[in-house]
Amino acid sequence: MDASYLITLFVIVPLGGAFLIPTLGRLIPGLHRFLSSGLMLFLMVLAILLAFQRPEMQTYRIGGWEAVNNIPIAIYLVLDGLSLFLLLIINILGFLSSFYAISYIKRYTNPHLFYTLMCLMIAGMNGVVLAGDLFNLYVFLEISVISSYALVAYGVERSELEASFKYQVLGGLASILILLGISLIYWRTKTLNMADVALILKDSVPDIFLRFVQLLLIVGFSIKAALIPFHAWLPDAHSSAPSPISAMLSGVLIKAAGLYVIVRFLFNMFPLNEEIALLITVIGALSMIIGVILAIGQWDLKRLLAYHSISQMGYVVIGIGMGMLLLAREGNPLIAALAIGGGLYHMINHAVFKGLLFLNAGAIEYATGTRDLNLMGGLARRMPWTLGTSFSASMAISGLPPFNGFFSKLIIIIAAVQGGFYFLAVLAVAGSVITLASFMKFQRYAFFNDPGANPEAKEVPFPMLFSMISLAIMCLVLSLLIIPGIRETFLTPAVESLTQTIEYAIKIMAI
Amino acid sequence: MTVYTLCFLLFLVGLYGVLTSRNLIKIVISLTIMEFSVFLLLALMGYIQGGDAPILPLPSPDNQIIVDPLPQAMVLTAIVIALATNAMILTIAIRLYKKYGTFDIREIRDLKG
Repeated sequence: MDASYLITLFVIVPLGGAFLIPTLGRLIPGLHRFLSSGLMLFLMVLAILLAFQRPEMQTYRIGGWEAVNNIPIAIYLVLDGLSLFLLLIINILGFLSSFYAISYIKRYTNPHLFYTLMCLMIAGMNGVVLAGDLFNLYVFLEISVISSYALVAYGVERSELEASFKYQVLGGLASILILLGISLIYWRTKTLNMADVALILKDSVPDIFLRFVQLLLIVGFSIKAALIPFHAWLPDAHSSAPSPISAMLSGVLIKAAGLYVIVRFLFNMFPLNEEIALLITVIGALSMIIGVILAIGQWDLKRLLAYHSISQMGYVVIGIGMGMLLLAREGNPLIAALAIGGGLYHMINHAVFKGLLFLNAGAIEYATGTRDLNLMGGLARRMPWTLGTSFSASMAISGLPPFNGFFSKLIIIIAAVQGGFYFLAVLAVAGSVITLASFMKFQRYAFFNDPGANPEAKEVPFPMLFSMISLAIMCLVLSLLIIPGIRETFLTPAVESLTQTIEYAIKIMAI
Repeated sequence: MTVYTLCFLLFLVGLYGVLTSRNLIKIVISLTIMEFSVFLLLALMGYIQGGDAPILPLPSPDNQIIVDPLPQAMVLTAIVIALATNAMILTIAIRLYKKYGTFDIREIRDLKG
């Protein structure tokens, strides 16, 4: 059965939702709350079903134009292992955040605009991971980041506006660099289709022009992914947004709009290159260590979590960077696959536990009205479910068994030792220990310190609890991804689509 | 070659503005200058010396030279996107002015670290 038209649903459905919520929502009160959750539930189920089917790589040509003389002219949407993996992350977190927002958004005015922007952001991210050509990737990227600019400023208070302005200046700069990179690629290859570009660049000698383009794209997307020299906007933006949006930004946007594109370009579009791989690994190691050191001194709960996002993204980047280095040096491909697998596994784990932690922070803010750790305390008895879920997320992010974070960090460290990157392995362990320390601080000050504080705090309503408990269960269930049998369904296709590098292009052109 | 150099110079002017100006509106203007230097480069890339507009008569003559139409379509789309980002960032700048009573970024610093 040709199910390729199903791919388009991932873009059409949330875009349609973004259109219907402000138009129909005026006529039917309360529609906006359930429409967006319903649409996201549909997409989540669709993504999970697709993952269980383990489809071959599929493409959808918008407009149905066939390739002429082997030159693709239609706009391609491509679904392969890596895209499907990212779609799972986006849509699972998208559903749980929008369901959580049903209660949480009562703190703000104009909820239908919130859901409109959220649907637009999800449509953009789904588009980025599915896009098969460079320019549409750029357009979808802009759709998702422009709606995230608006969502960061959603509270329209002083700090929200300032964070959003900072985010927009840096994000705008990144978009300009990305567009410049894309136009230079077009200049060189006279095509925009990623598969076509890959085949043209395959045999070219790496010259200074290509190196410059790679650097432009890496800098541009590193700003979007907030890797360490370019991280200045992230702590402000992620801590100022409404909590379900912080969960989406930290859990999904920096991966789908930042890291995914870097990985896709460097593995599947450009020929592998040792120096670039080394650069990526160094950026990852810097993010991992500096992010966690900056995090430990924070007293604003959401800023602390935001700095940890930088650090945890560093783990993902070193996993993938080590794999790239090994593949470029023609080292052992099994260890390379292990490192990349560890990185991608940590990516889905980070989406789950960081999303959960931001939802917990939102629940605490909902109950007590503060984000300052010094003013919290005594919540252990009053909010038992929040305590339980945030405890499991804190253990997962610090890498303690049996939670998912332990296994992914373990895989990354094993791959680092086997690949001969002993220094990186030591850094990864050290980063994990500091992470544990800062989450002990969070647990102690928020829940156990000063039992008499916040006497009015109550447990949060059902939709918020439902999202938090589902994510806490996923923290445990995702540990099963390392078991052979389950791993082959979810993780291996994503790893294979990266390790096979040029096969991606050849398969697309053959369809 | 001159025209590419001028294009790059425009890019640098914008970058200098973003890095040094202290006024929110001036930062936005500098960002726009940078954006438009990239658009200019894109349009230049499709240009072929002596080429016509890419409108082909039927039956098309064999040796007609036309400019590459694809970058023009890309520039149009990118301009629309730039319009959206500009509208967004100016809205935020005006809201900031209402809250703080100034456009000076040195006085807008509630967030630190």
